[in-house]
Amino acid sequence: MARRSLKRTARRTAHGARDKAQAAVSRKGGRIMASHANGEALCPGSSRNGSLSQEKMWAYGLGLFGIGLGLAELMVPRRLARMIGAPPRHDGLIRAMGLREIASGVGILTQGSSATAVWSRVAGDAMDLACLGAAFMSNRSHRGRVALATAAVSGATLLDMITAQQLSRGIETRNGCISLTVALVIDRPQQGLYRHWRELTNLPTFMKHLVRIEIQDDRRSHWVAKGPAGSTVEWDAEIIEDRPNEYIAWRSIEGSQVDHAGSVRFEPASGGRGTIVTVEMEYRPPLGTVGAAVAAWFGEDPNQTVKMDLRRFKQMMETGEVITTEGQPAGRAESTSRK
Amino acid sequence: MKANCWYGKQDMRVVDVPDPKILNKKDAIVKVSSAAICGSELHLYNGFVPTMEQGDVMGHEFMGEIVEIGPEVKQRRVGDRVVVAFPISCGQCFFCKKELYSLCENTNPNAWMAEKFFGHSPAGIYGYSHLTGGFAGGQAEYVRVPFADVGTIKIENGFSDEQVLFLSDIFPTGYMAAEQCNIQPGDTVAIWGCGPVGQFAIRSAFLLGAERVIAIDRFPARLQMARDGGADTIDYEETDVYDTLMQLTGGRGPDSCMDAVGLEAHMPGLLYYYDRIKQAMMSESDRPIALRQAIMACRNGGTVSIPGVYGGLIDKMPMGAVMNKALTIKTGQTHCQRYLKPLLDRIAHGDVDPSFVVTHRMKLAEAPQGFDMFNRKQDGCIKIVMTP
Ligand SMILES: NC(=O)c1ccc[n+]([C@@H]2O[C@H](COP(=O)([O-])OP(=O)(O)OC[C@H]3O[C@@H](n4cnc5c(N)ncnc54)[C@H](O)[C@@H]3O)[C@@H](O)[C@H]2O)c1
Ligand SMILES: [Zn+2]
Ligand SMILES: [Zn+2]
Repeated sequence: MARRSLKRTARRTAHGARDKAQAAVSRKGGRIMASHANGEALCPGSSRNGSLSQEKMWAYGLGLFGIGLGLAELMVPRRLARMIGAPPRHDGLIRAMGLREIASGVGILTQGSSATAVWSRVAGDAMDLACLGAAFMSNRSHRGRVALATAAVSGATLLDMITAQQLSRGIETRNGCISLTVALVIDRPQQGLYRHWRELTNLPTFMKHLVRIEIQDDRRSHWVAKGPAGSTVEWDAEIIEDRPNEYIAWRSIEGSQVDHAGSVRFEPASGGRGTIVTVEMEYRPPLGTVGAAVAAWFGEDPNQTVKMDLRRFKQMMETGEVITTEGQPAGRAESTSRK
Repeated sequence: MKANCWYGKQDMRVVDVPDPKILNKKDAIVKVSSAAICGSELHLYNGFVPTMEQGDVMGHEFMGEIVEIGPEVKQRRVGDRVVVAFPISCGQCFFCKKELYSLCENTNPNAWMAEKFFGHSPAGIYGYSHLTGGFAGGQAEYVRVPFADVGTIKIENGFSDEQVLFLSDIFPTGYMAAEQCNIQPGDTVAIWGCGPVGQFAIRSAFLLGAERVIAIDRFPARLQMARDGGADTIDYEETDVYDTLMQLTGGRGPDSCMDAVGLEAHMPGLLYYYDRIKQAMMSESDRPIALRQAIMACRNGGTVSIPGVYGGLIDKMPMGAVMNKALTIKTGQTHCQRYLKPLLDRIAHGDVDPSFVVTHRMKLAEAPQGFDMFNRKQDGCIKIVMTP
């Protein structure tokens, strides 16, 4: 079953590339391969709708955090004031902020939806401002400052939420199938990029999980990737479509240890700004330790991992090599780089 | 060699580390003759920038002599005396070709990390957290300089280190911030922050044709240096900034306002504690106090230029003011390479002698004391230059 759907993947990938207009439209929707008419899902259940629950998770986290913060503000305002260097006479302010943090935190937890979370936070911020505004008025009535406080109502809280969603974007693996689409613009013409990629032995210089690729003939190649505990995982692959300067698609052959299909597309970017390189890959790792190793290649966010691969390709094509910090001095045992 | 390394919040140590090596073909190794401490590094020092690691070598303002070059360095030779620009830029990508060097797409090996925070990654920067590449910095005896052809300017003899060192960052930063103000004849520019960046911004604003510069800070020595540069000054602890600016500009407000303070702004009064609480509780990462004031004070249709560094999220951004007053906001890490040559020419021409900003000189070995002093703005400290 797995076998069959992967083959279909490769075939449909090739097909999709031919139908350029449709691909362009569906790409706007975020996924290319899975969005073709009459095509069944490549990796069943791998659609993106898991992200909704992630938003919710975040909202809950925010709610809990708010309540914790609120309790601290309410119960130990002095200590908090000392911690931030505020004079103790601001107890009242800090307690008020605590109340509103709790209110909005409870709101988030009980309502549960992200929209409510946002509005609850915005409302909370308005409360903050009201109390700050009052404080200003009672102190000395500086128009400038009161105006500042009042105009400041437009909340950065929405930005908060948007960023939070970015931060919590994670793995798109479902049902054990890793599937990803990544695009990067490279300021070089299609020809050179295609040529470098078509020389499959180059792939391991920028794709971290690969150890080497051996060419067997025009279509066939042998792929060696990092396996569990220093071993390797190997399979044979064949190129199933090859359109010079535009498109290459490949897949593992029948009976391989790892089911894998991939493609790369080279399209001119608008305004002569180089080439948009789009990579699509699917891996269906087997069960057991090999499968775990395959999953580890891509970490929590396969799109991001492959985007880094693509970035190294870009560095090589634009500047001639991959920039590194490995081996630079540091005041610790190992100089680290976080690739 | 000796290098000044970060070990935690307000914990710098000068320790022995291995000498740097050529790691890429376009690298050069520079023997550092002078290195400065930048206000940006205070954000790392005070623990406001994530992704620092114990033992990271600090420093992004430095110069010295090239002692080794990689096989593909074409325009520099061993023995050249150079100043190094703080962003690391390839010179080949879309942004470098547009001279937007601090946005280089090819020099951050940890681009994914920055992408999580910002949506896209800026260029690599020396000694400035792993978010911008984790490159070892120049507060050391030697430093590796990637893309040496793009990131250095050769200095002929006749200039002292202190005259040209600040081409590495704060002179271009003050200059770009003033350029961003879009200064027209007769304009008034208000500048929050009279640190080194503010000082160069004051001088640059005059060079670019401002009629009047109003500088805002609270430290007497810094305000005095601003006045020496021709600015009028406001001590924000003595008077209300908004009211004073309105009085000085007949109620219209300054034509351009600059935030040369950044994410650790200070303020008397409640709003400061509001931001401190939020920051301490990590529900806001930056304190945009000067920025809010700049936006509120700026005249309708004016420009707000932000050289001050922000790292994450701010609260209570007066977006309504930005929109309804039709303000233009301009910001960014400085595209330093773009300014190396033109500003060296300005120095040669005698328009500015950047050494005016130096208040303290010390040895690299004293870097931790230097950080402490600069952070607390003690002893009239404005800019520290260290030699090996
Ligand atoms: N854009 C860039 O590429 C770039 C380059 C260098 C520095 N920077 C940033 O520029 C900022 C200033 O750098 P610096 O070296 O001058 O640092 P600095 O710390 O020496 O100067 C900051 C000054 O702002 C003053 N200040 C604090 N709160 C204020 C307020 N509410 N109103 C007015 N002034 C206030 C302080 O008293 C201090 O004098 C920092 O954020 C730094 O990170 C940016
Ligand atoms: Zn700096
Ligand atoms: Zn570049």
